[in-house]
Amino acid sequence: MNSILSPESCGINSDLEKLSGVEKNSSGQNNANDSLIKIDHLVKTYKMGDVEVHALRGVSFNVSRGEFVAIMGASGSGKSTFMNILGCLDKPTKGTYLLDNINVGNLSRDELALIRNKKLGFVFQGFNLLSRTTALENVELPLFYNSTSTKLRKEKSIEALKKVGLAERIYHYPNQLSGGQQQRVAIARALVNDPSIVLADEPTGNLDSRTSIEVMEIFQKLNEQGITIILVTHEPDIALFTKRHIVFRDGKIKSDKSNSEPKNATEELKTIPSVDDEVEE
Amino acid sequence: MKELNIFVAAFRALQRNKLRSFLTMLGIIIGVGAVITMLAIGQGAEYSVKEQIASLGTNVLIISPGSQQQGAIRVGAGSMTTLTQDDAQAIPIECPAVAYVSPDTRANGQVIAENLNWATGIEGVGVDYLQIREWEIEYGDLFTDQDVKASAKVCVLGTTVADNLFPDSNPVGQTIRITNVPFKVTGVLAKKGQNAMGQDQDDIILAPFTTVLYRLSRFPYLRAIIVSATSPNNIELAQKQITELLRMRHKIAGVNNDDFTIRNQSDLATAATATSQILTILLASIASVSLLVGGIGIMNIMLVSVTERTREIGIRMSVGARGRDILTQFLIEALVLSLLGGIIGILFGVGGSKIISSFAGWPTFITAFSIVLSFGFSIVIGIFFGFYPARKAAMLNPIDALRYE
Ligand SMILES: Nc1ncnc2c1ncn2[C@@H]1O[C@H](COP(=O)(O)OP(=O)(O)OP(=O)(O)O)[C@@H](O)[C@H]1O
Ligand SMILES: [Mg+2]
Repeated sequence: MNSILSPESCGINSDLEKLSGVEKNSSGQNNANDSLIKIDHLVKTYKMGDVEVHALRGVSFNVSRGEFVAIMGASGSGKSTFMNILGCLDKPTKGTYLLDNINVGNLSRDELALIRNKKLGFVFQGFNLLSRTTALENVELPLFYNSTSTKLRKEKSIEALKKVGLAERIYHYPNQLSGGQQQRVAIARALVNDPSIVLADEPTGNLDSRTSIEVMEIFQKLNEQGITIILVTHEPDIALFTKRHIVFRDGKIKSDKSNSEPKNATEELKTIPSVDDEVEE
Repeated sequence: MKELNIFVAAFRALQRNKLRSFLTMLGIIIGVGAVITMLAIGQGAEYSVKEQIASLGTNVLIISPGSQQQGAIRVGAGSMTTLTQDDAQAIPIECPAVAYVSPDTRANGQVIAENLNWATGIEGVGVDYLQIREWEIEYGDLFTDQDVKASAKVCVLGTTVADNLFPDSNPVGQTIRITNVPFKVTGVLAKKGQNAMGQDQDDIILAPFTTVLYRLSRFPYLRAIIVSATSPNNIELAQKQITELLRMRHKIAGVNNDDFTIRNQSDLATAATATSQILTILLASIASVSLLVGGIGIMNIMLVSVTERTREIGIRMSVGARGRDILTQFLIEALVLSLLGGIIGILFGVGGSKIISSFAGWPTFITAFSIVLSFGFSIVIGIFFGFYPARKAAMLNPIDALRYE
């Protein structure tokens, strides 16, 4: 596996193609449906001494390209655990996870790193930006780990920051940015490598309602461009902007409904006066 | 490209913690600086020992009375009477490998010139003594063969003696009194400086050995015969010829019954050089301990840094850094610390050696070897002590690293 997947010897993209090619041939599941994500009986058990915590007790679900999914559920129901496995940051105890027909469970650490770098963009509730590092450098970070030239790296990063409306703040440090701005930097970082999937664990959890809708506006625009988005939220209001609602309970999927008429965040923002306006009035 | 990126990341991380980076480097700076300075001092000593021994003349043999093989019965120098003037005269005639011969005897005494006086050693020698010692007369002349035969009361002064007895006037032609015997000064020797043992070689008076033997010494026998071989390569040959000659003259049968000892300067040189090499090694190994301590300092800081930056590592991994990228980054950080420390340490070491030379007056000698050695050493230390923390960082699980508080 390692020899197939050495970014030194050839470009990252071709590596990923090879990676999926290998999987297709070996599993013989080329005829499988179009699902971007196929999850089958995923189980995650944390062992803490003698106590076992069953965070996920057999989750199965599929996501197709271009979907916009909201995952909801009570605290402790296993949402974050699930997202971390989706993001290839953690490994399931049992069950299979096919991403783009690649069986993620068979991949080495380095191959997982490659997937995180090229296919996935992760947005955390706590932003997880590097402190004492400018917004631009934070966004550049994923490009550090593939063979992007310095010039292209800067161009792409500035472009990503423009997409999230932060073109004027590129040389600010995280502690010089508001929470919403920091989350937008984190989204820009998730976008910069043109991922096919953006995963966001409570991206609006630390933000006020208006800023939350602004963030949802960005996600909706990304989704319109064809990027698959899966986000976790506690707030039903936020879930209304997505196209599919999945509810977790006790490590299982309790309900899975599609939302045929998602709210438009841009329209919604027009109806809410900004805080500044209120102060002026 | 990618490697450069990781290098940049490592450099930025160090920049963010300037004071700490500097303090970490300080260990290496002091270590490397100390190694270079100590090596410079040791090698300076070695170098000057060699130089001084070479200035004695590498083809010189010293024949002294008495045997080394006398074992427990040590005989005081000068108490032996086995070397005669006839031996000294026979050597140049019978030994073709010998170029010059000078009998040698010595007396000490108070020397008075008008109202000044000075205590010094009076070396009784033959006219070839200066050739053997590769020594020159600065002004005036050496005494002649005639003076030696007549045991004339003439002498030449070393510069130290000349400066002390005749601070403002030319000593040549003046008369001095050595233990109340008047001597006429015929010349002044060129300055020779200190010898390997730190003695002032210019604090001396040379006089015909006959004069010293008969008029100054209470012990009228030769202290030694000093000989130079025709070339440094002929030392062994000359030694062999002299041994044979003296055995014959002294009617010695057995090999172990020699009543004389021949030493050559290269034996002395080897012994002295070995001593100063031991000094160098000793100094350098003490200094290396501080280099080692510096390395442990790097390891300590890198470990702290890995723990402190666990979240950063998690973030980097979450956007696609592989274990080996993290490993490289931390290894480069450790390397930059030790290399930069090494370079600054070299500058300090060179500067320190110069300062020691000029203030303490010790000879220091910085070799390319010591610079390459300590530079190489700091690279090795960076890799060695940086590897464990770097590997620890690289082995982290992304999710564990991200969750780390
Ligand atoms: N590292 C861990 N070690 C042990 N137990 C864990 C660990 N991480 C999560 N758990 C447990 O797994 C269960 C699911 O946690 P998870 O973080 O996925 O919940 P969540 O749905 O994201 O909750 P919230 O909405 O509060 O973020 C919880 O009971 C939690 O205590
Ligand atoms: Mg959670």
